Amino acid sequence: MIDYEKILSKKVRQIKPSGIRRFFDIAQTLENVISLGVGEPDFRTPWMIRREAIRTLEKGKTWYSANAGLVQLREAICQYTQRKYGLQYTPGQTLVTVGGSEAIDIAVRALVEPGDEVLIPQPSFVCYDPITSIMDGVPVVIETKAEDDFRLTPQALKEKITDRTKLLILPYPNNPTGAVMGREDLEAIATVLRGTDIMVLSDEIYAELTYGQRHVSLASLDGMYERTIVINGFSKAFAMTGWRLGYAQGPEPVIREMLKIHQYAIMCAPTTSQYAAIEAMKGCDDDVERMVEAYDMRRKLMVTSFNQMGLECFEPRGAFYVFPCIKSTGLSSEEFCERLLYDQNVAVVPGSAFGDSGEGFVRASYAASTKNLMEALERIEKFLRSL
Amino acid sequence: MDKLLHLLSQNARMPEDKMAAMIGCSVDEMRAQIKAYERDGIIKGYTALIDYENVDPSKVTALIELKVTPKRDAGFDDTARKIAEYPEVDSVFLMSGSYDLMVMITGTNLREVALFVAQRLSALDGVISTATHFVLKRYKEKGVLFDHSCVDERGFVSP
Repeated sequence: MIDYEKILSKKVRQIKPSGIRRFFDIAQTLENVISLGVGEPDFRTPWMIRREAIRTLEKGKTWYSANAGLVQLREAICQYTQRKYGLQYTPGQTLVTVGGSEAIDIAVRALVEPGDEVLIPQPSFVCYDPITSIMDGVPVVIETKAEDDFRLTPQALKEKITDRTKLLILPYPNNPTGAVMGREDLEAIATVLRGTDIMVLSDEIYAELTYGQRHVSLASLDGMYERTIVINGFSKAFAMTGWRLGYAQGPEPVIREMLKIHQYAIMCAPTTSQYAAIEAMKGCDDDVERMVEAYDMRRKLMVTSFNQMGLECFEPRGAFYVFPCIKSTGLSSEEFCERLLYDQNVAVVPGSAFGDSGEGFVRASYAASTKNLMEALERIEKFLRSL
Repeated sequence: MDKLLHLLSQNARMPEDKMAAMIGCSVDEMRAQIKAYERDGIIKGYTALIDYENVDPSKVTALIELKVTPKRDAGFDDTARKIAEYPEVDSVFLMSGSYDLMVMITGTNLREVALFVAQRLSALDGVISTATHFVLKRYKEKGVLFDHSCVDERGFVSP
Protein backbone atom coordinates (compact mmCIF):
# COMPACT_ATOMS: atom_id res chain seq x y z
CA MET A 1 0.00 0.00 0.00
CA ILE A 2 1.34 3.40 -0.91
CA ASP A 3 1.24 5.91 1.91
CA TYR A 4 0.26 8.97 -0.07
CA GLU A 5 0.77 11.23 2.92
CA LYS A 6 4.48 10.50 2.63
CA ILE A 7 4.59 10.78 -1.13
CA LEU A 8 2.68 13.98 -1.73
CA SER A 9 4.49 17.32 -1.52
CA LYS A 10 4.35 18.63 2.01
CA LYS A 11 3.97 22.16 0.74
CA VAL A 12 0.92 21.27 -1.28
CA ARG A 13 -0.62 19.20 1.48
CA GLN A 14 -0.36 22.13 3.82
CA ILE A 15 -2.47 24.34 1.58
CA LYS A 16 -5.89 24.80 3.11
CA PRO A 17 -8.81 23.96 0.83
CA SER A 18 -11.03 26.94 0.08
CA GLY A 19 -13.50 27.67 2.91
CA ILE A 20 -16.20 28.24 0.34
CA ARG A 21 -16.49 24.63 -0.76
CA ARG A 22 -18.49 23.63 2.34
CA PHE A 23 -21.29 26.04 1.49
CA PHE A 24 -21.42 24.77 -2.03
CA ASP A 25 -21.94 21.25 -0.69
CA ILE A 26 -24.71 22.34 1.68
CA ALA A 27 -26.47 24.40 -0.99
CA GLN A 28 -26.57 21.42 -3.30
CA THR A 29 -28.66 19.44 -0.82
CA LEU A 30 -31.31 22.17 -0.51
CA GLU A 31 -34.14 23.20 -2.78
CA ASN A 32 -35.22 26.60 -3.97
CA VAL A 33 -31.86 28.16 -3.13
CA ILE A 34 -31.21 31.72 -4.24
CA SER A 35 -27.50 32.14 -4.53
CA LEU A 36 -25.78 35.46 -3.99
CA GLY A 37 -22.60 33.47 -3.55
CA VAL A 38 -21.42 33.37 -7.12
CA GLY A 39 -18.34 35.24 -8.30
CA GLU A 40 -19.38 35.46 -11.92
CA PRO A 41 -21.74 37.56 -14.04
CA ASP A 42 -25.33 36.40 -14.51
CA PHE A 43 -25.32 37.81 -18.06
CA ARG A 44 -24.58 35.62 -21.01
CA THR A 45 -21.53 36.39 -23.11
CA PRO A 46 -22.59 39.06 -25.66
CA TRP A 47 -23.82 37.40 -28.84
CA MET A 48 -21.24 39.11 -31.11
CA ILE A 49 -18.49 37.37 -29.14
CA ARG A 50 -20.18 33.97 -29.21
CA ARG A 51 -20.87 34.35 -32.92
CA GLU A 52 -17.21 35.06 -33.63
CA ALA A 53 -16.23 31.88 -31.77
CA ILE A 54 -18.75 29.86 -33.77
CA ARG A 55 -17.47 31.37 -37.02
CA THR A 56 -13.87 30.39 -36.32
CA LEU A 57 -14.94 26.91 -35.22
CA GLU A 58 -16.83 26.47 -38.48
CA LYS A 59 -13.73 27.47 -40.37
CA GLY A 60 -11.73 24.94 -38.39
CA LYS A 61 -9.38 27.53 -36.86
CA THR A 62 -8.62 25.22 -33.98
CA TRP A 63 -4.83 25.06 -33.90
CA TYR A 64 -2.41 26.08 -31.17
CA SER A 65 -1.71 29.78 -31.25
CA ALA A 66 1.63 31.43 -30.56
CA ASN A 67 2.60 30.75 -26.94
CA ALA A 68 2.00 34.35 -25.94
CA GLY A 69 -1.36 34.41 -27.72
CA LEU A 70 -2.58 35.39 -31.20
CA VAL A 71 -0.73 38.47 -32.30
CA GLN A 72 -4.00 40.05 -33.52
CA LEU A 73 -5.44 39.59 -30.03
CA ARG A 74 -2.39 41.02 -28.32
CA GLU A 75 -2.53 44.04 -30.63
CA ALA A 76 -6.22 44.45 -29.85
CA ILE A 77 -5.50 44.22 -26.10
CA CYS A 78 -2.81 46.89 -26.39
CA GLN A 79 -5.20 49.22 -28.22
CA TYR A 80 -7.88 48.51 -25.62
CA THR A 81 -5.77 49.18 -22.53
CA GLN A 82 -4.38 52.31 -24.21
CA ARG A 83 -7.89 53.55 -25.05
CA LYS A 84 -9.37 52.68 -21.63
CA TYR A 85 -6.59 53.28 -19.14
CA GLY A 86 -3.94 55.21 -21.07
CA LEU A 87 -1.44 52.34 -20.80
CA GLN A 88 1.32 52.05 -23.42
CA TYR A 89 2.18 48.41 -23.94
CA THR A 90 3.41 46.54 -27.01
CA PRO A 91 2.27 43.04 -28.04
CA GLY A 92 5.70 41.86 -26.81
CA GLN A 93 4.77 43.07 -23.33
CA THR A 94 1.43 41.30 -23.43
CA LEU A 95 0.83 37.67 -22.52
CA VAL A 96 -2.53 35.97 -23.04
CA THR A 97 -3.28 33.48 -20.25
CA VAL A 98 -5.86 30.96 -19.13
CA GLY A 99 -7.93 33.40 -17.11
CA GLY A 100 -6.57 36.09 -14.84
CA SER A 101 -5.78 33.27 -12.40
CA GLU A 102 -2.99 31.83 -14.52
CA ALA A 103 -1.52 35.28 -15.01
CA ILE A 104 -1.40 35.76 -11.24
CA ASP A 105 0.18 32.34 -10.78
CA ILE A 106 2.98 32.77 -13.31
CA ALA A 107 3.69 36.35 -12.29
CA VAL A 108 4.26 35.23 -8.70
CA ARG A 109 6.30 32.25 -9.88
CA ALA A 110 8.46 34.44 -12.12
CA LEU A 111 9.31 36.79 -9.25
CA VAL A 112 9.28 35.07 -5.88
CA GLU A 113 12.27 33.26 -4.41
CA PRO A 114 12.29 31.32 -1.13
CA GLY A 115 11.97 33.69 1.79
CA ASP A 116 10.74 36.62 -0.30
CA GLU A 117 7.87 38.44 1.30
CA VAL A 118 4.70 39.09 -0.65
CA LEU A 119 2.37 41.75 0.70
CA ILE A 120 -1.27 40.75 0.39
CA PRO A 121 -4.01 43.19 1.37
CA GLN A 122 -6.99 41.27 2.76
CA PRO A 123 -9.92 40.68 2.49
CA SER A 124 -9.11 39.67 -1.07
CA PHE A 125 -9.40 36.91 -3.64
CA VAL A 126 -8.30 33.56 -2.29
CA CYS A 127 -5.36 32.58 -4.52
CA TYR A 128 -2.50 34.93 -3.63
CA ASP A 129 -1.54 33.28 -0.36
CA PRO A 130 -1.34 29.63 -1.55
CA ILE A 131 0.53 30.54 -4.74
CA THR A 132 3.10 32.46 -2.69
CA SER A 133 3.46 29.53 -0.30
CA ILE A 134 4.06 27.06 -3.13
CA MET A 135 7.02 29.23 -4.17
CA ASP A 136 8.32 29.16 -0.57
CA GLY A 137 7.59 32.85 -0.41
CA VAL A 138 6.22 34.38 2.77
CA PRO A 139 2.70 35.78 2.53
CA VAL A 140 2.48 38.97 4.60
CA VAL A 141 -1.10 40.02 5.16
CA ILE A 142 -2.05 43.69 5.30
CA GLU A 143 -5.49 43.99 6.87
CA THR A 144 -7.62 46.65 5.26
CA LYS A 145 -10.39 48.17 7.34
CA ALA A 146 -14.01 49.11 6.94
CA GLU A 147 -13.28 52.62 8.24
CA ASP A 148 -10.88 53.11 5.30
CA ASP A 149 -13.52 51.71 2.93
CA PHE A 150 -11.22 48.69 2.63
CA ARG A 151 -8.59 50.65 0.72
CA LEU A 152 -4.89 50.05 1.17
CA THR A 153 -3.44 52.99 3.07
CA PRO A 154 0.18 54.14 2.70
CA GLN A 155 0.70 53.81 6.48
CA ALA A 156 -0.44 50.18 6.55
CA LEU A 157 1.80 49.45 3.56
CA LYS A 158 4.87 51.14 5.08
CA GLU A 159 4.51 49.17 8.32
CA LYS A 160 4.83 45.86 6.50
CA ILE A 161 7.72 46.67 4.16
CA THR A 162 11.02 44.99 5.06
CA ASP A 163 14.31 44.21 3.26
CA ARG A 164 12.72 40.95 2.10
CA THR A 165 9.66 42.52 0.49
CA LYS A 166 9.59 41.45 -3.15
CA LEU A 167 6.06 41.99 -4.30
CA LEU A 168 2.90 43.88 -3.44
CA ILE A 169 -0.43 42.45 -4.57
CA LEU A 170 -2.86 45.26 -5.35
CA PRO A 171 -6.32 43.73 -5.82
CA TYR A 172 -8.59 46.65 -6.81
CA PRO A 173 -11.47 46.92 -7.65
CA ASN A 174 -11.68 44.40 -4.86
CA ASN A 175 -13.34 41.05 -4.52
CA PRO A 176 -15.01 40.63 -1.95
CA THR A 177 -15.39 44.19 -0.62
CA GLY A 178 -16.13 46.11 -3.82
CA ALA A 179 -13.58 48.73 -2.72
CA VAL A 180 -11.76 50.76 -5.37
CA MET A 181 -8.56 52.81 -5.23
CA GLY A 182 -8.93 56.22 -6.88
CA ARG A 183 -6.06 58.17 -8.40
CA GLU A 184 -5.22 59.91 -5.11
CA ASP A 185 -5.24 56.63 -3.18
CA LEU A 186 -2.92 55.10 -5.75
CA GLU A 187 -0.68 58.16 -5.79
CA ALA A 188 -0.16 57.75 -2.03
CA ILE A 189 0.84 54.11 -2.57
CA ALA A 190 3.13 55.09 -5.45
CA THR A 191 4.88 57.60 -3.19
CA VAL A 192 5.78 54.78 -0.78
CA LEU A 193 6.99 52.51 -3.58
CA ARG A 194 9.08 54.97 -5.60
CA GLY A 195 12.77 54.46 -5.01
CA THR A 196 12.30 50.87 -3.80
CA ASP A 197 12.72 47.62 -5.76
CA ILE A 198 9.29 46.37 -4.79
CA MET A 199 7.27 45.04 -7.72
CA VAL A 200 3.49 45.26 -7.87
CA LEU A 201 1.02 42.72 -9.17
CA SER A 202 -2.00 44.88 -9.89
CA ASP A 203 -4.99 42.58 -10.24
CA GLU A 204 -7.42 44.73 -12.24
CA ILE A 205 -9.81 42.01 -13.37
CA TYR A 206 -12.82 44.15 -12.31
CA ALA A 207 -11.48 47.33 -13.97
CA GLU A 208 -14.50 47.73 -16.26
CA LEU A 209 -16.96 47.36 -13.42
CA THR A 210 -16.72 50.64 -11.55
CA TYR A 211 -19.58 52.96 -10.68
CA GLY A 212 -19.49 56.73 -10.62
CA GLN A 213 -15.77 56.87 -11.26
CA ARG A 214 -13.48 55.47 -13.92
CA HIS A 215 -10.86 52.90 -13.10
CA VAL A 216 -7.29 54.14 -12.79
CA SER A 217 -4.48 51.66 -13.37
CA LEU A 218 -1.50 51.88 -11.05
CA ALA A 219 0.78 51.39 -14.07
CA SER A 220 -0.37 54.75 -15.47
CA LEU A 221 1.18 56.65 -12.55
CA ASP A 222 4.69 58.16 -12.64
CA GLY A 223 7.40 55.63 -11.89
CA MET A 224 4.98 52.72 -11.56
CA TYR A 225 5.07 51.41 -15.14
CA GLU A 226 8.50 49.86 -14.64
CA ARG A 227 7.47 47.94 -11.51
CA THR A 228 3.88 46.95 -12.25
CA ILE A 229 2.45 43.83 -13.81
CA VAL A 230 -1.16 44.52 -14.72
CA ILE A 231 -3.49 41.53 -14.68
CA ASN A 232 -6.79 41.75 -16.49
CA GLY A 233 -9.12 39.45 -18.39
CA PHE A 234 -12.39 38.82 -20.11
CA SER A 235 -14.34 36.93 -17.45
CA LYS A 236 -15.94 39.77 -15.52
CA ALA A 237 -16.23 42.66 -18.00
CA PHE A 238 -17.48 40.56 -20.92
CA ALA A 239 -19.23 37.80 -18.95
CA MET A 240 -16.79 35.21 -20.30
CA THR A 241 -15.84 33.21 -17.19
CA GLY A 242 -16.03 29.80 -18.83
CA TRP A 243 -13.89 30.86 -21.80
CA ARG A 244 -10.88 30.98 -19.48
CA LEU A 245 -9.07 33.95 -20.89
CA GLY A 246 -7.02 36.66 -19.23
CA TYR A 247 -3.83 38.58 -19.83
CA ALA A 248 -0.83 40.17 -18.20
CA GLN A 249 0.96 43.33 -19.32
CA GLY A 250 4.19 44.57 -17.84
CA PRO A 251 7.91 45.21 -18.26
CA GLU A 252 9.28 43.11 -21.11
CA PRO A 253 11.90 41.21 -19.01
CA VAL A 254 9.19 40.06 -16.58
CA ILE A 255 6.72 39.06 -19.27
CA ARG A 256 9.51 37.15 -21.04
CA GLU A 257 10.15 34.97 -17.97
CA MET A 258 6.43 34.50 -17.36
CA LEU A 259 6.11 33.35 -20.97
CA LYS A 260 8.64 30.58 -20.31
CA ILE A 261 6.53 29.12 -17.50
CA HIS A 262 3.36 29.57 -19.55
CA GLN A 263 4.86 27.85 -22.57
CA TYR A 264 5.86 24.74 -20.61
CA ALA A 265 2.80 24.53 -18.38
CA ILE A 266 0.03 25.65 -20.71
CA MET A 267 1.35 25.98 -24.26
CA CYS A 268 -1.24 28.59 -25.20
CA ALA A 269 -4.64 29.83 -24.08
CA PRO A 270 -7.65 28.27 -25.87
CA THR A 271 -7.56 29.45 -29.48
CA THR A 272 -11.33 29.67 -29.95
CA SER A 273 -11.57 31.91 -26.89
CA GLN A 274 -8.79 34.07 -28.27
CA TYR A 275 -10.56 34.71 -31.57
CA ALA A 276 -13.75 35.54 -29.73
CA ALA A 277 -11.86 37.90 -27.44
CA ILE A 278 -10.67 40.01 -30.38
CA GLU A 279 -14.33 40.82 -30.98
CA ALA A 280 -14.73 41.66 -27.28
CA MET A 281 -11.83 44.14 -27.42
CA LYS A 282 -13.08 45.84 -30.58
CA GLY A 283 -16.85 45.82 -30.73
CA CYS A 284 -18.48 45.35 -27.36
CA ASP A 285 -18.37 48.69 -25.57
CA ASP A 286 -22.16 48.99 -25.73
CA ASP A 287 -22.71 45.55 -24.23
CA VAL A 288 -20.35 46.32 -21.37
CA GLU A 289 -22.02 49.66 -20.76
CA ARG A 290 -25.43 48.00 -20.61
CA MET A 291 -24.22 45.43 -18.09
CA VAL A 292 -22.50 48.07 -15.95
CA GLU A 293 -25.71 50.11 -15.85
CA ALA A 294 -27.70 47.08 -14.69
CA TYR A 295 -25.11 46.21 -12.02
CA ASP A 296 -25.13 49.81 -10.82
CA MET A 297 -28.90 49.82 -10.20
CA ARG A 298 -28.73 46.52 -8.34
CA ARG A 299 -25.75 47.75 -6.34
CA LYS A 300 -27.75 50.70 -5.07
CA LEU A 301 -30.66 48.43 -4.23
CA MET A 302 -28.40 46.14 -2.20
CA VAL A 303 -26.56 48.87 -0.28
CA THR A 304 -29.78 50.67 0.62
CA SER A 305 -31.58 47.49 1.62
CA PHE A 306 -28.80 46.12 3.83
CA ASN A 307 -28.48 49.44 5.60
CA GLN A 308 -32.26 49.58 6.10
CA MET A 309 -32.14 46.10 7.63
CA GLY A 310 -29.54 47.29 10.11
CA LEU A 311 -26.60 45.50 8.52
CA GLU A 312 -24.17 48.33 7.98
CA CYS A 313 -22.85 48.33 4.45
CA PHE A 314 -20.38 50.80 2.98
CA GLU A 315 -20.98 51.84 -0.61
CA PRO A 316 -18.78 49.75 -2.87
CA ARG A 317 -17.72 51.44 -6.09
CA GLY A 318 -16.47 48.45 -8.01
CA ALA A 319 -16.89 44.75 -8.88
CA PHE A 320 -20.33 43.20 -8.22
CA TYR A 321 -20.31 42.56 -4.50
CA VAL A 322 -21.59 44.23 -1.38
CA PHE A 323 -19.86 43.46 1.90
CA PRO A 324 -22.25 44.18 4.77
CA CYS A 325 -21.11 43.96 8.39
CA ILE A 326 -22.99 41.30 10.36
CA LYS A 327 -21.36 41.88 13.75
CA SER A 328 -24.63 43.29 15.13
CA THR A 329 -26.18 39.82 14.90
CA GLY A 330 -23.63 38.38 17.34
CA LEU A 331 -22.93 35.56 14.88
CA SER A 332 -19.63 34.75 13.24
CA SER A 333 -19.52 35.06 9.45
CA GLU A 334 -19.57 31.30 9.05
CA GLU A 335 -22.50 30.85 11.46
CA PHE A 336 -24.43 33.62 9.76
CA CYS A 337 -23.97 32.09 6.31
CA GLU A 338 -24.73 28.56 7.41
CA ARG A 339 -27.88 29.50 9.31
CA LEU A 340 -29.10 31.79 6.55
CA LEU A 341 -28.61 28.97 4.08
CA TYR A 342 -30.46 26.38 6.17
CA ASP A 343 -33.21 28.72 7.43
CA GLN A 344 -33.99 30.74 4.33
CA ASN A 345 -32.12 29.00 1.50
CA VAL A 346 -30.07 32.05 0.59
CA ALA A 347 -26.38 31.53 -0.12
CA VAL A 348 -23.86 34.27 0.68
CA VAL A 349 -20.16 33.83 1.39
CA PRO A 350 -18.52 34.40 4.78
CA GLY A 351 -16.05 37.30 4.73
CA SER A 352 -13.61 35.12 6.63
CA ALA A 353 -13.11 33.04 3.47
CA PHE A 354 -11.19 36.03 2.10
CA GLY A 355 -8.85 36.44 5.05
CA ASP A 356 -9.16 36.84 8.81
CA SER A 357 -9.94 40.53 8.45
CA GLY A 358 -13.13 39.58 6.61
CA GLU A 359 -14.56 38.12 9.81
CA GLY A 360 -17.74 39.91 10.80
CA PHE A 361 -18.73 40.51 7.17
CA VAL A 362 -20.42 38.54 4.42
CA ARG A 363 -20.09 38.86 0.67
CA ALA A 364 -23.30 39.09 -1.33
CA SER A 365 -23.02 39.19 -5.09
CA TYR A 366 -25.49 41.25 -7.08
CA ALA A 367 -24.73 39.39 -10.28
CA ALA A 368 -28.29 38.05 -10.12
CA SER A 369 -31.63 39.16 -11.52
CA THR A 370 -33.46 41.98 -9.75
CA LYS A 371 -36.29 39.56 -9.04
CA ASN A 372 -33.96 37.14 -7.27
CA LEU A 373 -32.21 39.96 -5.41
CA MET A 374 -35.55 41.25 -4.11
CA GLU A 375 -36.58 37.78 -3.01
CA ALA A 376 -33.21 37.15 -1.35
CA LEU A 377 -33.35 40.49 0.49
CA GLU A 378 -36.82 39.65 1.78
CA ARG A 379 -35.60 36.29 3.05
CA ILE A 380 -32.54 37.83 4.71
CA GLU A 381 -34.80 40.31 6.48
CA LYS A 382 -36.98 37.41 7.68
CA PHE A 383 -33.86 35.63 8.89
CA LEU A 384 -32.70 38.68 10.84
CA ARG A 385 -36.09 39.00 12.53
CA SER A 386 -35.92 35.34 13.58
CA LEU A 387 -32.60 35.79 15.41
CA MET B 1 -34.51 54.55 -21.87
CA ASP B 2 -35.19 56.41 -18.68
CA LYS B 3 -34.29 54.18 -15.70
CA LEU B 4 -37.59 54.78 -13.93
CA LEU B 5 -39.65 53.85 -16.99
CA HIS B 6 -37.49 50.80 -17.51
CA LEU B 7 -38.01 49.59 -13.94
CA LEU B 8 -41.76 50.29 -14.04
CA SER B 9 -42.09 48.38 -17.29
CA GLN B 10 -40.32 45.43 -15.69
CA ASN B 11 -42.27 45.46 -12.46
CA ALA B 12 -44.61 48.32 -11.60
CA ARG B 13 -45.27 46.82 -8.18
CA MET B 14 -41.71 46.98 -6.89
CA PRO B 15 -41.75 48.66 -3.46
CA GLU B 16 -41.24 52.41 -3.86
CA ASP B 17 -38.23 52.63 -1.55
CA LYS B 18 -36.42 49.87 -3.42
CA MET B 19 -37.16 51.39 -6.79
CA ALA B 20 -36.03 54.83 -5.66
CA ALA B 21 -32.82 53.27 -4.32
CA MET B 22 -32.09 51.65 -7.67
CA ILE B 23 -32.56 54.92 -9.52
CA GLY B 24 -30.63 56.84 -6.89
CA CYS B 25 -33.24 59.41 -5.87
CA SER B 26 -35.64 59.95 -2.97
CA VAL B 27 -39.08 58.35 -2.84
CA ASP B 28 -40.70 61.81 -3.06
CA GLU B 29 -38.72 62.74 -6.16
CA MET B 30 -39.68 59.45 -7.75
CA ARG B 31 -43.36 59.91 -6.96
CA ALA B 32 -43.29 63.38 -8.49
CA GLN B 33 -41.66 62.00 -11.63
CA ILE B 34 -44.27 59.25 -11.93
CA LYS B 35 -47.06 61.82 -11.50
CA ALA B 36 -45.50 63.89 -14.27
CA TYR B 37 -45.31 60.86 -16.56
CA GLU B 38 -48.96 60.08 -15.87
CA ARG B 39 -50.01 63.68 -16.44
CA ASP B 40 -48.11 63.91 -19.72
CA GLY B 41 -49.61 60.69 -21.00
CA ILE B 42 -46.26 58.90 -21.02
CA ILE B 43 -47.50 56.31 -18.56
CA LYS B 44 -50.91 55.18 -19.77
CA GLY B 45 -51.66 52.74 -16.99
CA TYR B 46 -50.55 49.72 -15.00
CA THR B 47 -51.75 46.20 -15.62
CA ALA B 48 -50.97 42.67 -14.53
CA LEU B 49 -49.23 40.27 -16.87
CA ILE B 50 -51.41 37.20 -16.70
CA ASP B 51 -50.59 33.79 -18.06
CA TYR B 52 -54.13 32.80 -19.06
CA GLU B 53 -53.04 29.31 -19.86
CA ASN B 54 -52.86 28.73 -16.12
CA VAL B 55 -56.30 30.23 -15.59
CA ASP B 56 -58.19 28.39 -18.32
CA PRO B 57 -56.29 26.28 -20.86
CA SER B 58 -59.04 26.63 -23.46
CA LYS B 59 -58.66 30.43 -23.57
CA VAL B 60 -57.02 31.56 -26.79
CA THR B 61 -55.24 34.62 -28.04
CA ALA B 62 -55.24 35.49 -31.72
CA LEU B 63 -53.34 37.90 -33.85
CA ILE B 64 -55.44 39.10 -36.77
CA GLU B 65 -54.07 40.79 -39.83
CA LEU B 66 -56.49 43.16 -41.53
CA LYS B 67 -56.27 44.74 -44.95
CA VAL B 68 -58.30 47.91 -44.95
CA THR B 69 -59.24 50.49 -47.55
CA PRO B 70 -58.15 53.87 -46.14
CA LYS B 71 -60.89 56.48 -45.98
CA ARG B 72 -60.68 59.76 -47.74
CA ASP B 73 -59.91 62.08 -44.81
CA ALA B 74 -59.45 59.83 -41.82
CA GLY B 75 -57.13 57.24 -43.41
CA PHE B 76 -57.12 54.12 -41.26
CA ASP B 77 -58.09 55.93 -38.06
CA ASP B 78 -61.84 55.49 -38.31
CA THR B 79 -61.71 51.75 -38.77
CA ALA B 80 -58.99 51.31 -36.17
CA ARG B 81 -60.94 53.28 -33.58
CA LYS B 82 -64.07 51.30 -34.22
CA ILE B 83 -62.18 48.06 -33.71
CA ALA B 84 -60.54 49.38 -30.56
CA GLU B 85 -63.94 49.97 -28.99
CA TYR B 86 -64.75 46.26 -28.82
CA PRO B 87 -63.99 45.06 -25.29
CA GLU B 88 -62.70 41.73 -26.62
CA VAL B 89 -59.85 43.53 -28.38
CA ASP B 90 -56.57 43.81 -26.46
CA SER B 91 -54.51 45.78 -28.95
CA VAL B 92 -54.82 47.49 -32.30
CA PHE B 93 -51.79 48.64 -34.25
CA LEU B 94 -51.37 50.31 -37.62
CA MET B 95 -48.63 48.42 -39.42
CA SER B 96 -46.23 48.94 -42.25
CA GLY B 97 -45.82 46.08 -44.70
CA SER B 98 -48.21 43.66 -46.35
CA TYR B 99 -51.27 44.38 -44.20
CA ASP B 100 -52.63 47.47 -42.46
CA LEU B 101 -54.03 46.77 -38.99
CA MET B 102 -52.96 44.20 -36.50
CA VAL B 103 -55.57 43.28 -33.92
CA MET B 104 -54.96 41.09 -30.88
CA ILE B 105 -57.86 39.53 -29.11
CA THR B 106 -58.34 37.01 -26.34
CA GLY B 107 -61.40 34.78 -26.28
CA THR B 108 -62.70 31.93 -24.14
CA ASN B 109 -62.30 29.47 -27.01
CA LEU B 110 -61.40 29.16 -30.68
CA ARG B 111 -65.00 29.37 -31.83
CA GLU B 112 -65.59 32.64 -30.03
CA VAL B 113 -62.58 34.23 -31.66
CA ALA B 114 -63.46 32.88 -35.08
CA LEU B 115 -67.00 34.24 -34.80
CA PHE B 116 -65.74 37.62 -33.67
CA VAL B 117 -63.52 37.85 -36.73
CA ALA B 118 -66.24 36.68 -39.10
CA GLN B 119 -69.11 38.69 -37.67
CA ARG B 120 -67.51 41.85 -36.29
CA LEU B 121 -64.24 42.52 -38.05
CA SER B 122 -64.93 41.24 -41.57
CA ALA B 123 -68.25 43.04 -41.57
CA LEU B 124 -66.71 46.44 -40.92
CA ASP B 125 -66.86 48.95 -43.68
CA GLY B 126 -63.50 49.15 -45.45
CA VAL B 127 -62.12 45.81 -44.30
CA ILE B 128 -60.93 43.96 -47.41
CA SER B 129 -59.56 40.77 -45.89
CA THR B 130 -58.51 39.13 -42.64
CA ALA B 131 -55.99 36.47 -41.63
CA THR B 132 -56.21 34.98 -38.16
CA HIS B 133 -53.20 33.48 -36.36
CA PHE B 134 -53.65 31.71 -33.05
CA VAL B 135 -50.98 31.94 -30.37
CA LEU B 136 -49.75 28.46 -29.45
CA LYS B 137 -47.25 29.23 -26.72
CA ARG B 138 -45.89 32.29 -24.97
CA TYR B 139 -42.18 32.42 -24.27
CA LYS B 140 -41.82 36.03 -23.26
CA GLU B 141 -44.21 38.95 -23.01
CA LYS B 142 -43.46 42.58 -22.19
CA GLY B 143 -39.93 41.68 -21.13
CA VAL B 144 -41.02 38.91 -18.77
CA LEU B 145 -40.14 35.29 -19.45
CA PHE B 146 -43.12 32.92 -19.43
CA ASP B 147 -40.97 29.93 -20.23
CA HIS B 148 -39.19 28.73 -17.14
CA SER B 149 -36.84 26.29 -18.78
CA CYS B 150 -34.09 28.94 -18.68
CA VAL B 151 -32.45 28.02 -15.38
CA ASP B 152 -29.38 29.55 -13.77
CA GLU B 153 -26.67 27.05 -14.57
CA ARG B 154 -24.02 28.70 -12.44
CA GLY B 155 -22.74 26.92 -9.35
CA PHE B 156 -24.13 28.03 -5.99
CA VAL B 157 -20.92 29.39 -4.55
CA SER B 158 -17.62 30.36 -6.14
CA PRO B 159 -14.78 32.67 -5.09
